[in-house]
Amino acid sequence: MTAPLLNVRGVETYYGNIRALNGVDVEVHRGEIVSLIGANGAGKSTLMMTIFGKPQARTGSIFFEGKDITRLPTHEIARLRIAQSPEGRRIFPRMTVLENLQMGASLDDLKHFKEDVEKVFTLFPRLKERQAQRGGTLSGGEQQMLSIGRALMARPKLLLLDEPSLGLAPLIIKGIFEAIKKLNKQEGLTVFLVEQNAFGALKLSDRAYVLVNGRVTMSGSGKDLLANPEVRAAYLEGGRH
Amino acid sequence: MANVASTTASAGSELTARALREAVFSGLITLGLFVLFVGLKSDQNIRNELILTQRWGLLAIFVIVAMVGRFLMVAYAQPWLAQRKAAKAAAPEVAKEETFFSRNFSKIAILALVLYPPVIVALVGVQGSLKWVDNFGVQILIYVMLAWGLNIVVGLAGLLDLGYVAFYAVGAYSYALLSSYFGLSFWVLLPVAGILAACWGVVLGFPVLRLRGDYLAIVTLAFGEIIRLVLINWTEVTKGTFGVSGIAKATLFGIKFDASKDGFAALMGLPISSAYYKIFLFYLILGLALLTAFVTIRLRRMPVGRAWEALREDEIACRSLGINTTTTKLTAFATGAMFGGFAGSFFAVRQGFVSPESFVFLESAVILAIVVLGGMGSLTGIFVAAVVMIGGTEILRELTFLKMIFGPNFTPELYRMLIFGLAMVVVMVWKPRGFVGSREPTAFLRERKAVSGSFTKEGHG
Repeated sequence: MTAPLLNVRGVETYYGNIRALNGVDVEVHRGEIVSLIGANGAGKSTLMMTIFGKPQARTGSIFFEGKDITRLPTHEIARLRIAQSPEGRRIFPRMTVLENLQMGASLDDLKHFKEDVEKVFTLFPRLKERQAQRGGTLSGGEQQMLSIGRALMARPKLLLLDEPSLGLAPLIIKGIFEAIKKLNKQEGLTVFLVEQNAFGALKLSDRAYVLVNGRVTMSGSGKDLLANPEVRAAYLEGGRH
Repeated sequence: MANVASTTASAGSELTARALREAVFSGLITLGLFVLFVGLKSDQNIRNELILTQRWGLLAIFVIVAMVGRFLMVAYAQPWLAQRKAAKAAAPEVAKEETFFSRNFSKIAILALVLYPPVIVALVGVQGSLKWVDNFGVQILIYVMLAWGLNIVVGLAGLLDLGYVAFYAVGAYSYALLSSYFGLSFWVLLPVAGILAACWGVVLGFPVLRLRGDYLAIVTLAFGEIIRLVLINWTEVTKGTFGVSGIAKATLFGIKFDASKDGFAALMGLPISSAYYKIFLFYLILGLALLTAFVTIRLRRMPVGRAWEALREDEIACRSLGINTTTTKLTAFATGAMFGGFAGSFFAVRQGFVSPESFVFLESAVILAIVVLGGMGSLTGIFVAAVVMIGGTEILRELTFLKMIFGPNFTPELYRMLIFGLAMVVVMVWKPRGFVGSREPTAFLRERKAVSGSFTKEGHG
């Protein structure tokens, strides 16, 4: 097997003296959709942020394309073309949709701006209708689309999505997951997805990891985990399905 | 028809009756409130005895003002407001065709400013123009420039800076000291002052990189005070509270503005007057202010300007998009400070005298107030706010007729801060986003559209 695109090895992250990640190993290969599921406070978002260097891992290392990025500042990690749709979307509320997308493309010096905007608009036609509107006036689903669109503008090699389904209606979640699938199939985009919505995430993913108290307790293909009785009991039954 | 007319007539008389009733009530309340405060005044006479002065006339004025005010409010203002509200609700807002004036506001304003000195000279003569060009023109434009400079830091990058006057001071003292110690000319020292102020901007920027909002405001406030205290206490260099005087004037391509043989007036064959120098200064500060505006407009369309605005919105998102927030913040501080420095050296050349007195916290507060009132980020709004606020306080000096009403000891200037505060409250109630609350987008695929501030929630935009 070729070397993984993203390789997280034995990462421990602390908030002060509190250990949030306890030796996490995760691999993401080119062209995969990998998801990380887990309960509240398991450390999913912390792993996402640790990959982005804020907070930095205290021990362990993170490799991207074989390069050690553990100690790089966030903006330099982003320049390696890892893009992120952060938790809570974090779009720029006073800027228009188009300006938000422009910010996503700032690494590229806007060379492919028009072309990439068209791509985002074909993926999310709603954004095209709303291009002159302020980000803050969009609905939650549209903001999530904008957040993903903004991340795509950087032409990423790896897209990190932190809870894209957060606070959205089921129909909209379905749309967003379909868009992610489409990106993966058509563009070959590698996606690392953090989700609480375990059912949707597992169905979408090639592989998945289960995070419990800052430790990966299970991993496998999406299908296997969906069928796994432990996973079903903990994350699926009692919720949807 | 007749029926309808009679109902409106009866409604009208009912309204008048209600207004009269409420007027009487408010008159009584005013009487009750002020009878002891205004009607009676305790004083000491020559033998240190307490005496009561009775001021029934003044009390009557208070009561009458309250009654008339209430009557007008109920009888006219309230129905009018209700009507307007109803009309607004009835007719959905249609996109108004922008008038010629509002479309070309900035061009018209620049033209008017360029024509301002000749028009004033034509109206009130060379000597009479002094006051209008200097007190109104130059004074206002200094604040316009300062506010535009601060706008880069506060309005665009969203970094609340309460010590902006420090950079103004750095600029002013750079020129004052370097010109009096080394005899360098204004045109050499103008960029030097800007660079020095920018350096201080970076010096301030470094320790506050991790601070936001209130914390940043406090540190910048302290920074402003530190600079002022250094200026006061470093007496060997800055001459302390005495200030630096006799600062060299600026020249126009080497032509001096003085009464000498090769001075400006003599060369042009004009009668000797200090007004020409003031007019020259007017164009100088106009040029500097327009430079500030031009640079701001250009920068907003460039990656660094976009990064400033994105930084104001969400720092974490910025970082995850590959923006180096450290350099972005430092460039905002440095650029803002540079224009503060330019304005400062202009201030020194205009006054011919600088002392730490001119760089107190109040100045920072006034500049910040102008930026906030104008609508953060909007150059036009800030310009209007500066004209209203600074022009307004200057006009207060002119209102000598008020002395006839309030007695010869009344000095209207003393009330300027009171009026400043009142104006701020009024504007913030009316237009919580300042005069111009809308933000002009910088990215377009087809046509440009301004986005009204009223579309976004308060605190979200």
